[in-house]
Order: sequence, then structure tokens, then C-alpha cells
Amino acid sequence: MVFETLQVSIIIMNKEKIIQVEKLTKTFGNFTAVKGITFDVYKGEIFGFLGANGAGKTTAMKMLIGISNPTSGKAIVAGLDVATQSDLVKMNIGYMSQKFSLYDDLTVNENITFFGGIYGLSRKQIKEKSIQLVEELEMQNVANNLVGALPLGWKQKLSFSVALLHEPKIVFLDEPTGGVDPITRRQFWEMIYTQAHKGTTIFVTTHYMDEAEYCDRVSIMVDGVIEALDTPKNLKQQFKVNSMNDVFLKLARNIE
Amino acid sequence: MKRFIGFVRKEFYHIFRDKRSMFILFGMPIAQIMLFGFAITNEINNVKIAVLDKSKDTETQKIIQKISNSTYFDIEQELSSESQIEAVFKRGKVKAVLVFENDFIKQLQTEKNAKVQVITDATDPNIANTISNYVTAMLQNYMQDKNKINNQKHQIETQTQLFYNPELKSVFTFVPGVMTVILMLVSAMMTSISITREKEMGTMEVLLVSPIKPIQVIIGKVFPYIFLSIINAAVILLLGYFVFKMPIEGSLFLLAVESVLFIICALSLGILISTLSNSQQTAMMISLFGLMLPVILLSGFIFPISSMPLPLQIISNIIPAKWFIIIIKAIMLKGAGFSIIWKETLILVGMTLLFISVSIKKYKIRLE
Repeated sequence: MVFETLQVSIIIMNKEKIIQVEKLTKTFGNFTAVKGITFDVYKGEIFGFLGANGAGKTTAMKMLIGISNPTSGKAIVAGLDVATQSDLVKMNIGYMSQKFSLYDDLTVNENITFFGGIYGLSRKQIKEKSIQLVEELEMQNVANNLVGALPLGWKQKLSFSVALLHEPKIVFLDEPTGGVDPITRRQFWEMIYTQAHKGTTIFVTTHYMDEAEYCDRVSIMVDGVIEALDTPKNLKQQFKVNSMNDVFLKLARNIE
Repeated sequence: MKRFIGFVRKEFYHIFRDKRSMFILFGMPIAQIMLFGFAITNEINNVKIAVLDKSKDTETQKIIQKISNSTYFDIEQELSSESQIEAVFKRGKVKAVLVFENDFIKQLQTEKNAKVQVITDATDPNIANTISNYVTAMLQNYMQDKNKINNQKHQIETQTQLFYNPELKSVFTFVPGVMTVILMLVSAMMTSISITREKEMGTMEVLLVSPIKPIQVIIGKVFPYIFLSIINAAVILLLGYFVFKMPIEGSLFLLAVESVLFIICALSLGILISTLSNSQQTAMMISLFGLMLPVILLSGFIFPISSMPLPLQIISNIIPAKWFIIIIKAIMLKGAGFSIIWKETLILVGMTLLFISVSIKKYKIRLE
């Protein structure tokens, strides 16, 4: 018993908070999209950020990645305040949007060079990175082909790797697997796991409830408020259901 | 700076790999200047006419000779009676018929007044008008020569002298006009489309999340078009100068500076349009109908502003192209210096600042 307690305390000590959100609020005119949400994300975890369309998750995420100013409240990302240090926040995060976010009319290598360049990587770093990245993705044969000609699954994987190019502490993924086939989705999640094991924090929004099961912890937003936040296992116990899908439906129904 | 170079290189990839952009950038200016220069013209050449000479005397023969010797007219047919006139027009073979009255030479010598009737096919009113002007001018010219020989006194002569464009070459108005239209098209339309494309593709979001600043994104997107617009302006001027013999009387440096000012003005308009639209289609529509049509119709390029109704004359003042056309015509044709065109220049500078400040404001609101 004594040993067990000791172990638990070590784990909690290791849980360094990489994102701290306190009463974060965003108002557009009369409409409050995000109503004072408070939560923490720990270093190296896969954090699922769920919610129906219009629940405010995109707005909340935009504040965390520094492209939208909070109306009130506070958000600390990688130790930096998003309201006052958004430029530094941007250096420390990676981002992959739901719309495919590479340039179709540039080749694989040109995309890597371009995005490496805007994150301030040196020419040597870019060269090393692109060789390594193309190898990992097994894209040697298409490295000089236009990205537009690649299958969607490949583009998604490339897009994820490009978001990691500057070795960010946190990666924000906005519905990264929309419109991708199940096998590719599975492969994509394997990439996410690998990256999380290396210590990168993954902040992911998704519509697929089976994907929510893969996350370490999940938050569910309804009408601008976080209604639930725990591990998928605990959430299922709490709502006495067998799947995350049912958790989601139960929450959405209660609100209505 | 390295980021900026990488960004500009990316923009050039976009431009050079898109056939449509390449066509608009390089095909269009040359095609337009050639079209306007050669095909669309107010001058007449080798117009076919018919003659009905009822008098058939030495005087009418000399006049007909003079007309047929000119490059403007070819005498296609000699008619013998008035009833034939309508028939030749209906067949569409000739554009005009000259009718000399009976006893032409007698009338001229005794009454000092003989009549020539010029009947024109006015289904094309511009050509009809031009033909009658040309014929009148030639007849007057003939009479003047004749009076000089006969040493007649008390003869009033009108001497018209055309300054700056003595041969009334229409290409002199087309070159500045086409240059204005092309610069507007390349600068405003192409930049607004290229910025909205990033929005549409979702790459703009990725750029905004990156450490690169919004202002750097905009400058990076605009820079290649400044460069390409300058090349375009140079190509048009060279074509105008060497192919159409358009003079450049004023300072080449001033012309270049004013052109760059207009390019920046058009670019800032393009940025403004991109902040107003979320898709490439919208940007293109706004550029075409909001910019191209006013530029072509209201800038004085084709239709003179002074003959427009008053409301349109007032509206024409807010069109940057109007001021630029005034500036380049003054520099190229009149050799005007800065002291003459400072007011127009100031207006362009003011407009540019206005567009830029409105875009910055709009851009900030969007980011909120």
C-alpha cells in the first residue's frame, strides 16, 4: 500500500501542465461563444477536445493558438500567455487544420522547405529534416512530385509531419482525419501515438467517437461550456454507458 | 529576411505553375496592345466609295483624281444615275457616294459656289462621320490650292494645327489606356485572387498560426506582383514606342515613378478586395465589375469624360485610373514635368493611403 501511494504521487509530479486555461471567454457582440471554460492539459498527453458543431470548440482553439484574442479570462500555453505573447506561443506550437493545409502546386520537398523557412529553420536543418521526413513517410519516390497529385491519406500524414517540423511542444490538430478512410485513420493515429511518446502534447478535435477512445483524456463542450472532462474510461463509468458515442449523445440530450 | 525570400519564392512557384495566371500576366498585355493598336482604330484607310458625276467636266475630273489618289479612298464604281445610289448601298459595296451637281464648273466659275453631295452609309455612324469629315477636308484643301494659283483676294483661310498628336493617331490614346487597364488587372485582380486562394484553401489559417506576421504575409504576396507589373509596364511602353511610334516626350524617370505609384495604388485596392471576399470567385467578380468596367468606361480611356453626363463626370473622379491616364498622357505626349501633374499625383497618393488604411482596419477586425 505504501509503495502504491508513492508511485501515484510520482506520476502526479510528472504531470507538468503545458496548457492552463482559466475562465476563458469569447464574446461576439451579444453572443458568447465560449463561456468561461477552465481546464488543464498535461505534457505528453493526447487531449481530445470534443463538441458538436457550434459548441464553441473552434473558437476556444483559435484563442489557444494565438489567432484570436480572449474577451476575458486567461490561457497559458507552453508557459506563455496567449493574450500578450502570442508571437512566442506560435513558435512553440504546431497546427494542422481540418482543411488540408499544404500547397497543392508545390512539390513535397518545396512544401517542407517553405514551412521550415517560415518557422525560421536554417537551410541545413531543413535539408536534414526533409531527408529524414521523406524517409519516415516512405515518400522517396514522390518527393519531387506536386502534393496535389498525392492521395488524401498521404497528404494528411505529410501535413502532420510538416506541422512537427520545428519540433513544437504542442500540436493542435483540428479534425485531422475528416474524409479519410479507416485504414489511413488508423495509421494516422499510430503516428499521433508515436509523437506523444516522444513527449509532444497532442491537442485534437474530432467528430469520430471511436477516436475519442484513443485519447488519454477527453473534454466535451456543449453550448460554450465544458460539460465533462475525464479519461474515456471514467466518463463511460460516470454516465453508465459502454461507448464514448453514448456519452456524447447523453450529454447532448441532457442539454436539450 | 530569409523567411521573406522563401515566401516570395513560393509565390513565384504559384504564378509560374498556373497557366491562367501566366496568360493573364504575359499573354494579355501583348494581345491587348496589338488588338487596340491594329484592329480598333478611328482612322480610315482604303474606304470604298462610288461617284456620280453629272457634270463630267475638267474640274470634277481633277477632284475625283485627287480623291482616288489618296490612301483614304478607293473609287469602286462610277454611277450614271441617282437611282443607282440606293442599290450600291444595299449591296454594301461602298460606304459613301459623292454626287457632283450638273454644270459644276459653270457654277463654280460664275456663282463661285458649286455643290458636292456626300451621301454616307450611317449604319456605322462613326465611320460615316469620319468619311464626311475627310471628304470635306479634301475639298477645302483643293479649293485653297486653286485659289492660291488664281491669286484670289479676300479669301479667308482657316488653318488648323493639331498639337501633340498632329496625325490624330488613335494609338496615342490606346497605349496609355491599355497600360492602365493591364496594370489594374494584374495588380488588383491577381493579388486579390492570390490572397483569397490562400483563404479558400485553408493555408491562410496555417500561415496565421505560424510566427510569420500578417503584414509579412501580405507584403510577401504583393511583392511578386509589383515586380511583374513593372515588367508589364515596360513591355507595353516598348511596344508602344517601337511598334506604334508612340513618343515619350517627358522624363522616363518620372514616368517610371508615377507608374510604380499607380501599381501600388492598384495593389492596395487588390488587398482591400481580398479582405472583403472569402472566395476566389467573389474576388474575381468584384475586380471585374467593380474595377475593370469603371476603368474601361469611366476613366476617359475610350469615352471622353467631358462629354459624359454630369453625375458620371463626378463619379469618374473616384477612379484612380482616370488620374493615371491624365498623368501618363501629359508625360508622354506633352513632355510635362512634375510641376504640372503634382495635383493628380497627390490624388493618387491619397487614394493609396486610404485603401491601405481601410484594408489594415478590415484585416484586424477579421483577425478578432
